[in-house]
Amino acid sequence: MEHIVVVGASLAGLRAVEAFRREGFAGRLTFVGAEPDEPYDRPPLSKAYLAGDADRSSLALRAQGYDELDVDLRLGQSAHSLDVSGRTVGVGDESVAFDGLVIATGAAPRRLPTQPDVAGVHTLRTIADSDAIGAWIEGDARLCVIGAGFIGAEVAATARSRNRAVTVLEALPQPMVRGVGPVIGEVLARLHRARGVDLRLGVGVDAIAGDSTVERVHLVDGSVVECDAVLVAIGAVPTTDWLEGSGLTVDNGVVCDASLHAAPGIVAAGDVCRWPNEQFDGEVMRIEHWTNAAEQGTHAARSLLAGDDAAPFATVPFVWSDQYDVKIQSAGRFSGEDRMEIVSGSVEEDRFVAIFERGGRISGVLGFSQPRRVIQYRRMIADHESFDAALAFAAENP
Amino acid sequence: MKIVVDFDKCKSNAVCMAVAPDIFEVRDDNFLYVLQEEPPEDRRPAVEEAIRTCPTGAISVEG
Repeated sequence: MEHIVVVGASLAGLRAVEAFRREGFAGRLTFVGAEPDEPYDRPPLSKAYLAGDADRSSLALRAQGYDELDVDLRLGQSAHSLDVSGRTVGVGDESVAFDGLVIATGAAPRRLPTQPDVAGVHTLRTIADSDAIGAWIEGDARLCVIGAGFIGAEVAATARSRNRAVTVLEALPQPMVRGVGPVIGEVLARLHRARGVDLRLGVGVDAIAGDSTVERVHLVDGSVVECDAVLVAIGAVPTTDWLEGSGLTVDNGVVCDASLHAAPGIVAAGDVCRWPNEQFDGEVMRIEHWTNAAEQGTHAARSLLAGDDAAPFATVPFVWSDQYDVKIQSAGRFSGEDRMEIVSGSVEEDRFVAIFERGGRISGVLGFSQPRRVIQYRRMIADHESFDAALAFAAENP
Repeated sequence: MKIVVDFDKCKSNAVCMAVAPDIFEVRDDNFLYVLQEEPPEDRRPAVEEAIRTCPTGAISVEG
């Protein structure tokens, strides 16, 4: 392999580039990114950076720079097409030939079908998005957040920490209830209400209204939320439009095999990658979280170099979210339908651990400000321990 | 190799403890403790993985 192209210059792509050099790849590396900035860290965009507690330079994922990697870094350039059999990727006016390709184009925020293009209506993915929302918070705006997932909840928490008026609209009866179940959903609701968020559950958005700038959000039940800025935080869609007609299978992400290959010589990593995770009996997953992007980028690079001998990427997904003074972490696979037991702490004190059962095994863990325990249970999930063994561990380690 | 943790950056996510529990430990007080400040050379790959997967980029090595 002489020339490897990595498309997507964020965490997964960067970890792939670093892994190629670490593994001894001495050929040419081209690293293409649509955004103008060097790869940066996104989690602070809804937390410390948004709050003004971290400066822009602190976001750089590679503070030491790119010289050592000997990479042709092409920022502000989007890949718009791929020819799998011809082994070329279209970047701007150029057709770039490759021997190996890493697809790490991430995901883009989902928009409301009725989302108008008026000032003050935002989604959050990039530094520019965070800067725009931060300016509203700085300006004492009344903020309306649509969607009580992690991004919406983190932005709400950041705005409340600056004492801004925040309304959060959520279509479900509890925040994240499908994922975490009603008990923890209730805890999440209380967490925000106790800190002054006007949290409205089970409500649908009819329209975002305003002339030149947003003024109010109309709900399906006829009520109205007056606001100066709106954050639409209703999930993300994998960035695969540029792969249409490429010959790759795209179905809610780039469909890969267990080793992250989408085709011979082509691998994918990060938010855009859908693959069977052998850690969970081959359950097909697509994961939009930091740790997965970091681990998968590294693995995808190794897989590409190994070719037919590539190892499967088997992992226990890990997620964290900081909201107010609470650190929420989860690992593994679970849903609101699964059996759940609180095994440590208490939900009233916002410090607890919940474990989830599937097929007799411990399949997932969620903790509020209990990082040590979450990591211990994550290990048990990785080891395919039984739920009874996890309960026995819990009895000895409250 | 000497482990350096920037405790201003560390947010106690404990991912390092998952990677190398013999070197990194987050205790019940939610603080990170470095169990081996100068781990043996054969632990370098694990230390480097901990550096790469630390959500806040708080870990580095000297030497």
